[in-house]
Amino acid sequence: MIARADPRIRVVSALLAVAAVSQLRTLPVSAAAFALAILLVIIAGADRRLWRRMLHVEGFMLLLFVTLPFTMQGPVVATLGPLAASSTGMERAALIALKVSASVLTLSALIGDIDPARLGATLHALRVPERFNRLFVMTARYVSLIRDEARRLSESMRARGFRPGSNRHTWRSYGHLVGMVLVRALDRAERVEEAMLCRGYAGRYPYAVLPALLRRDWMLFASVVACGILILAMDRL
Amino acid sequence: MTALIELRDVTIARAGATVLSGVDLTLERGERLALIGPNGAGKTTLLRSIVGLEPAGGGSIRLFGEECSTERQFRKARPRIGFLFQDSDDQLFCPTVIEDVAFGPLNMGCTMAEARERGIAALEGLGIGHLAERISHRLSGGEKRLVCLAGLFAMQPDVLMLDEPTNGVDVDNGLRLRQALHDFPGAMVLVSHDTEFVDELATRAMVVRRGRLIAAEIHEHAHVHRHRHVHLASD
Repeated sequence: MIARADPRIRVVSALLAVAAVSQLRTLPVSAAAFALAILLVIIAGADRRLWRRMLHVEGFMLLLFVTLPFTMQGPVVATLGPLAASSTGMERAALIALKVSASVLTLSALIGDIDPARLGATLHALRVPERFNRLFVMTARYVSLIRDEARRLSESMRARGFRPGSNRHTWRSYGHLVGMVLVRALDRAERVEEAMLCRGYAGRYPYAVLPALLRRDWMLFASVVACGILILAMDRL
Repeated sequence: MTALIELRDVTIARAGATVLSGVDLTLERGERLALIGPNGAGKTTLLRSIVGLEPAGGGSIRLFGEECSTERQFRKARPRIGFLFQDSDDQLFCPTVIEDVAFGPLNMGCTMAEARERGIAALEGLGIGHLAERISHRLSGGEKRLVCLAGLFAMQPDVLMLDEPTNGVDVDNGLRLRQALHDFPGAMVLVSHDTEFVDELATRAMVVRRGRLIAAEIHEHAHVHRHRHVHLASD
């Protein structure tokens, strides 16, 4: 259902949902939002890579649990040598972890599977500033080419017997690699601009036209917004 | 009748160093001119100079009868000269094929709907209408080249400038490319190392030798033909 929805609706719904989650202040409602986000992911039918991506996110959250209890004032629940962990800090860490996880899951479910190449037209239709959008579209187009260039360079280094270690030779060689990738990317950028000039570029960019919104798009929008309002109301009342 | 492209005593420089001097070149309507010469001789730089991407060192460049020396003057002539770059990825900068093919017409002042229509027509003319909604960086080398060409055809240019058009193109798409170029009614400047391709397409040739551009002759003669080639064992 979500995969077939209009990308504009998906982007706006995702932003509204994350905005709502960001305003939560109580632990139980944040947990509810987290549960809702998981539900959304299940409806969207997320792939395996999402869970691996979540591990990265939770790694950062772990840092909060390590630092916040010891840095915030409040009733002490445990001591570790000279350090005292406060329950306020624990609660705050849990709150942040739940909100961040809920936000990341919501984003993945709603816009995670939109091809970056197709996002340009969407952002344009949503009146995102052209300068920003153009940067985004060009990056989406060329990042894989630049990655391929870097890969070829590093393969040719390995083919000539390069084995990275922590020595001067390695750092210098990696410096050359990065420098070469940058130089080639710059050359590429110049050639792309020239090719655009050859076709008479004068500032107009051909974004694809998106089809009109359907009823089911608005249904998705309405349900996401309703959930957002619901959790905000629960949080404040 | 004025020549489409006319260079008189032009010096061609690449990154400040002169690569060709005293270049005289004229392209008339209906001509297909092949530029032949070793790698690094300055053929690509010459093409770039013709459309003003590389500033010419001296002499005069006239495009469609008008003297061109400033970016503003070149800018006016460029949409009439379809320049096919050596690396298709330099040319295909839009995420999807149809957006890219519509780019040229849009620059010429078409509305979005007209631009798309012309783009689709150009793709279909090349037999690749099915690629329209595809993501451009996921195409094969041959498909990319044809899409680039469609992007030029969509602008209905009077002249095509092709820089190694058959490089990295598979057999099937290569046939489509050749057919399309054969059917193209306008004039053409062609840089290629593919001698078979040059032989079948060009009406006139010039050779780059020792920093000069000299007229060459294309002639035909019958001779005994002998070569080795690979056949599948099952044939």
